Amino acid sequence: MSRTVLAAILATTALAGAVQAQDAVTLTIESWRNDDLGIWNDTIIPAFEASHPNINLEFAPTAPAEYNAVLNSKLQAGSAGDIITCRPFDASLELFNNGQLADLTDLGAMANFSDVAKSAWTTDEGASTFCVPMASVIHGFIYNKTAFDELGLTEPTTEEEFFAVLDALKEDGTYIPMAMGTNDQWEAATMGYQNIGPNYWKGEEGRAALIAGTQKLTDPEWVAPFEQLARWKDYLGDGFEAQTYPDSQNLFTLGRAAIFPAGSWEISVFNPQVDFEMGAFPPPVQNAGDTCYISDHTDIGIGMNAATEHADEAREFLEWVGSTEFANLYGNALPGFFPLSNGEVTLEDPLAQEFISWRDQCESTIRSTYAILSRGTPNLENETWNASANVINGTEAPADAATRLQEGLDAWYTPAQ
Amino acid sequence: MAARRPIRWHIAVFLAPAVLVYTAIMIVPLFGTLNLSLYGATDDGPRFVGLANFRALFGNPMWSDAFWNALGNNVWFFVIHMLVQNPIGVLLAAILSSPRLRFRAFYRTAIFVPTILSFVAVAWVWRLILGNTWGIAPMFLDSLGLKSLYAPWLGKEEYALTTLALISVWQFVGIPMMLIYAALLSIPDEVLEAAEMDGITGWSRFRRVQLPLILPSIGIISILTFVGNFNAFDLIYVAQGALAGPDFSTDILGTFLYRTFFGFQLQLGDPNMGAAIATAMFLIILTGVCLYLFGVQRRLRRYQF
Repeated sequence: MSRTVLAAILATTALAGAVQAQDAVTLTIESWRNDDLGIWNDTIIPAFEASHPNINLEFAPTAPAEYNAVLNSKLQAGSAGDIITCRPFDASLELFNNGQLADLTDLGAMANFSDVAKSAWTTDEGASTFCVPMASVIHGFIYNKTAFDELGLTEPTTEEEFFAVLDALKEDGTYIPMAMGTNDQWEAATMGYQNIGPNYWKGEEGRAALIAGTQKLTDPEWVAPFEQLARWKDYLGDGFEAQTYPDSQNLFTLGRAAIFPAGSWEISVFNPQVDFEMGAFPPPVQNAGDTCYISDHTDIGIGMNAATEHADEAREFLEWVGSTEFANLYGNALPGFFPLSNGEVTLEDPLAQEFISWRDQCESTIRSTYAILSRGTPNLENETWNASANVINGTEAPADAATRLQEGLDAWYTPAQ
Repeated sequence: MAARRPIRWHIAVFLAPAVLVYTAIMIVPLFGTLNLSLYGATDDGPRFVGLANFRALFGNPMWSDAFWNALGNNVWFFVIHMLVQNPIGVLLAAILSSPRLRFRAFYRTAIFVPTILSFVAVAWVWRLILGNTWGIAPMFLDSLGLKSLYAPWLGKEEYALTTLALISVWQFVGIPMMLIYAALLSIPDEVLEAAEMDGITGWSRFRRVQLPLILPSIGIISILTFVGNFNAFDLIYVAQGALAGPDFSTDILGTFLYRTFFGFQLQLGDPNMGAAIATAMFLIILTGVCLYLFGVQRRLRRYQF
């Protein structure tokens, strides 16, 4: 390389450095959402930088499975980014307790979020919040509208109607009534138990009672969802015991199954794959007219590295993440990940609109096993996976599964008196 | 008296690379694991707890049930390999070494190929074959009029582990086959000819002449199978996930260790308990290998030609 070129390159780097130092601060965002790299670089970051010329953002995601470990070591080594994407509940709570996440309770944007939305990133006693809630996923049932129209079926609203629809589908025989397998276990727990459960344990009321110890997993309202799941067995495809989650997705998107017990994140997966019209209905209630409850599970938050050198700029960015502008950008870029903000959010995807509309009709809650109750061994969430799969397989009676879960919980958890 | 012999430095120098590398990547971590299993997390950080982890592992039903379940499954996994994989391997080798067999190289390669496939591919392909969603096994059975024999084997508690063990046998049968084949080829023709002169041919030649000569190889294969099976993890993890469903019926020591050490989903990892399980696995394998070395290996008769 010739001397002049070298000198020129050196000069440009020096200049660029100088310009940056004068004008803008660069904030690095740690995240596990490497799928979202394009959305951040093309949509979110340009929008933010346009209105905040003094701040540059760099989105630096790690692979989801490695995120917690990588983040922990980076935080310990002092090399973590300024902005930290927060896992819900205990993983982030531990970082906050270690003084690695900053307290954001006094952030103005926090006023835009409900207590349920903030619960995943708030200390047990509710005093401090350390991450801005970013998105939640809602559970419900996605169905093949074309198939429903063909057979003259309508969206069920009650338990009875739900099984009537399943019976009709089964009798017709063209479609597998419901696409779900028990091989991966989490489908049974997350899209089964946690999906329909809140209607029985009355959402937050039951969840709080379980944490307080005034209700047990062996109480009727916690056993009832298992009893429902036990009835699902007859409506799943042949060999569902060995069916994996991708198998279930394929059965539905190929039009072979009519109903998919879902999380809203499926919307962006299904949209490009299906050639029929999709609809969605919330988990059916026990009796017509009952209040409905939905699992509106807080999944992603965003917080600040307590050791950042640019705390002011980071807070400025977090205020923006809490704004309606961000909620609209994010909600539309990723249909199925719903902003948690109370502000007016307009979603364009019809299926996403349907899911989010349930927030107005129903009471929101989060998955019952996520907060506090999965801190010990045996781990309640993992046990619930196993129990839900067993119940659907018919190898464990609902009441036995519930008893086993409660015994496991009793082994380490003593509710605060 | 002869003069003291000089210290032979070259021995140390030549041994050093292997000793250093082996110590650094095998011995030190091994003792690190043993050491780790004697510590436990308490409210004020990790502390020395003696054998408390082992007492929990064997005494607390919450841990011991899972441990014995995993160990029992592991034994069954090993038994299937010993009863199916190794006899088939010996049989294939015997057939391959028959001088009248044509396309020998083709069979040898075809049977050995699965061994070099990735576990991920093997588990995935077999899931597709056995599952009902894409229906290769049910369709095949249906065409034979045997549809009623079909079951989602990987999803049934009573079949899943055996199915996985047989998949593993399918994948690895090439290894005993190759080792035995090599042993059979190394038997000098003179020995076989002499047997023939004495009128020993066919099956009885195999049983009375060849089998005794390949016994040391069968011993080595058995011990390799034992160590491999008790360290197995990949196939179960890829096919059934870390929870080794349905209802832990395919849980073996490897998956149990993985779940405990690294944690799973909301369960945080417990390195100390994990190390205790790893230590137990180490001791099981050590015992097995010692029994073999002192009980069997030394009694095997070797022949030199």
